[in-house]
Amino acid sequence: MTDKLRIEDVDKAFDGKVVLREIDLAVGEHEVVCLIGSSGSGKSTLLKVVNLLVPVDKGSIHLDGVEITGPDANPNIVRQKMGIVFQSFNLFPHMSVLANITLGPRKVHGLSADEADERASALLERFGLLDKIDEYPDRLSGGQQQRVAVIRALASQPELMLFDEITSALDPELVAEVLDVIRGLKEEGMTMLIATHEMGFARDVADRVCFLDDGLILEHGPPAEIFSSPSQPRTRQFLQRIVDAGRL
Amino acid sequence: MTSPIDHVERRGPQRLWPRLPPRQREEGARAALIAAASTVVVIGLILWWVLSSDTWPAVQRQFFSGFHFRESFPQVLDGFWLDVRMFLVAEVLILAIALVVAMIRALRGPAFLPLRAIAVVYIDLIRGIPILLLILLLGFGVPALQLRGVPNSPLFWGITALVISYAAYTAEVYRAGIESVHESQRMSARSIGLTQGQSLRYVIVPQAVRNVIPALLNGFVSLQKDVALVFVLGIREGLREAQIYNASTFNYTSYVAAAVLFLLVSVPVARFTDWYTERDRRRKQAMSS
Repeated sequence: MTDKLRIEDVDKAFDGKVVLREIDLAVGEHEVVCLIGSSGSGKSTLLKVVNLLVPVDKGSIHLDGVEITGPDANPNIVRQKMGIVFQSFNLFPHMSVLANITLGPRKVHGLSADEADERASALLERFGLLDKIDEYPDRLSGGQQQRVAVIRALASQPELMLFDEITSALDPELVAEVLDVIRGLKEEGMTMLIATHEMGFARDVADRVCFLDDGLILEHGPPAEIFSSPSQPRTRQFLQRIVDAGRL
Repeated sequence: MTSPIDHVERRGPQRLWPRLPPRQREEGARAALIAAASTVVVIGLILWWVLSSDTWPAVQRQFFSGFHFRESFPQVLDGFWLDVRMFLVAEVLILAIALVVAMIRALRGPAFLPLRAIAVVYIDLIRGIPILLLILLLGFGVPALQLRGVPNSPLFWGITALVISYAAYTAEVYRAGIESVHESQRMSARSIGLTQGQSLRYVIVPQAVRNVIPALLNGFVSLQKDVALVFVLGIREGLREAQIYNASTFNYTSYVAAAVLFLLVSVPVARFTDWYTERDRRRKQAMSS
C-alpha cells in the first residue's frame, strides 16, 4: 500500500503551548484512520496542519510523496486535493445549498455553472438532500447542514478527506445520518483521516486507530487491538472513562 | 358600529394582524390614549413657553420670517440640489474606495505587509485631520499649483477631499464588519481551495457588509450634511446660497430654509436606519432561537 499522506516528526505550539509533539503518521491509499483522545489532545490541530490551515513549527507533511509543507508548496493547490469538514458545519449562511456546494468547483476548479450545478445535484441526490438544493443553511437541521458541508467538500473531488469531530455539535438523534455518509465514503474507497469522539463508529469504520494524548500519538493499531487490549495505561484510562459514560 | 378590524376579518381567513383578546385590545387602546394626551400636553407647554416669551417676536423676525423664507427658498433650493448631487457622487466613490482599503487591511501574510501598511497609514493620517482643513488644503491648494492635466475646479477638489476623508472612516466600518465574520468562515473558504482574495470576495465581505449596513447608513446621514462644508471654497451650494442671502438682508431665515432642506433628506434616512437595524436585530434573534 502506498502512502497517500505521510506526516513526519511534526511539532506545533501556540504561544508557547505545545499542541503537537513529534507526530509521525502515515495514511495509505484507501485507508481510514481515526484519531481518538480527549479534547485538547491535538486531534483538531493535526487535521488543520494537514490542510495547511495552520503552519507546522517543525517536521514535514507529504501528499502523494510530495512535500506540501515546504516553502515552494502552494497551499491553494494542495487544498484542492483534500477536503475538510469541521465540527461547526461552517456553511456560508448567505448562500443557498447549491451555491455553497458549487462555489469551489466554479471558482477553484474552473467548472462552468452548468457543470457545477450538475455535479452538486448528483451529490445531493446521492445523499438524499436534493429537495434542499435551494434552501439556505439556517433552514436546515444540524445533521442536514453537516451533510451539506460534507458534500461541499466532496464537490471538489478530493483524494483525501479530513473530518474534525463532525458529529460533536449535533443532537444525538442526528449523529447517525452523518456517520452513515462517512461509511458510504469508506465503501467507495475514500482515504480518510477522522478525528472523532464516537468510539463505536471508530471501531466500525477505522482500519487503524491512533490515540492522541497531550499532543503525542501514544499508540496506534487496528481498532480491535486498541479498543480491547490497549498497551498504554493512558489509553486504558481514557477508554474506561468512555465506557463509564456509557458511550462504548 | 364596525371597526376597521372587524371589516378586514370578515373578508376571509387572512388577517392583516392577529385579533387580540378583548382585554389586551382595551389595554392597547388605553396606552395609545395616554401617549397621545401626554404628547399634546408636553408639546403644548413648550410652545406656550416659547411663544409667550418677550423675545419671541424678534426671534420670529430673524429666523422664521415667512417673507424671507419665500424670497430665499428658490435660491437655496437651487444650491441644495448641488449638495444632493455632490452627496450621491461622493457616496458611491466612498463606498467603493473604502471597501478596497478595508479588504487590503484584511489581507494576511508577509507578502502583503507593504499594502497593509499603506492602508493603515492612510486611515490614521486622514482620520486625524479635520475635514475642513482637508477641504481647504485641496480645494484652494491644488488649483493654486496650476498643474497641467489636473482639474482646477474647487468643486472637484472639494468632493475629492470629502471622499478621501470619509473613505478612511468608512474603511474602518467595513473592517469592523469583516472582523465580525467568524474566523471559521475564512477557514472553510480557504479549505475548499479559494485564495485569500476569493475568500474575502465571495464569503467574508458579503456577510461583513450585511453586518454593517446600519453603520454605513449612519455615514450617509453624516455625509449628507457634511457636503455643505465645501461652501468655504465659494461653491454655490445650499449653505453658500443661504449665506449670500443673509449677507444682503441681515435676516437668518435663509439659513433655516437650508436647514429644513437638509432635514428633509436626513430625517427619513435616520428613521430608515433605525427601522432597518430593528428588523435586522429581530431577524437575528429569530434565527438563533
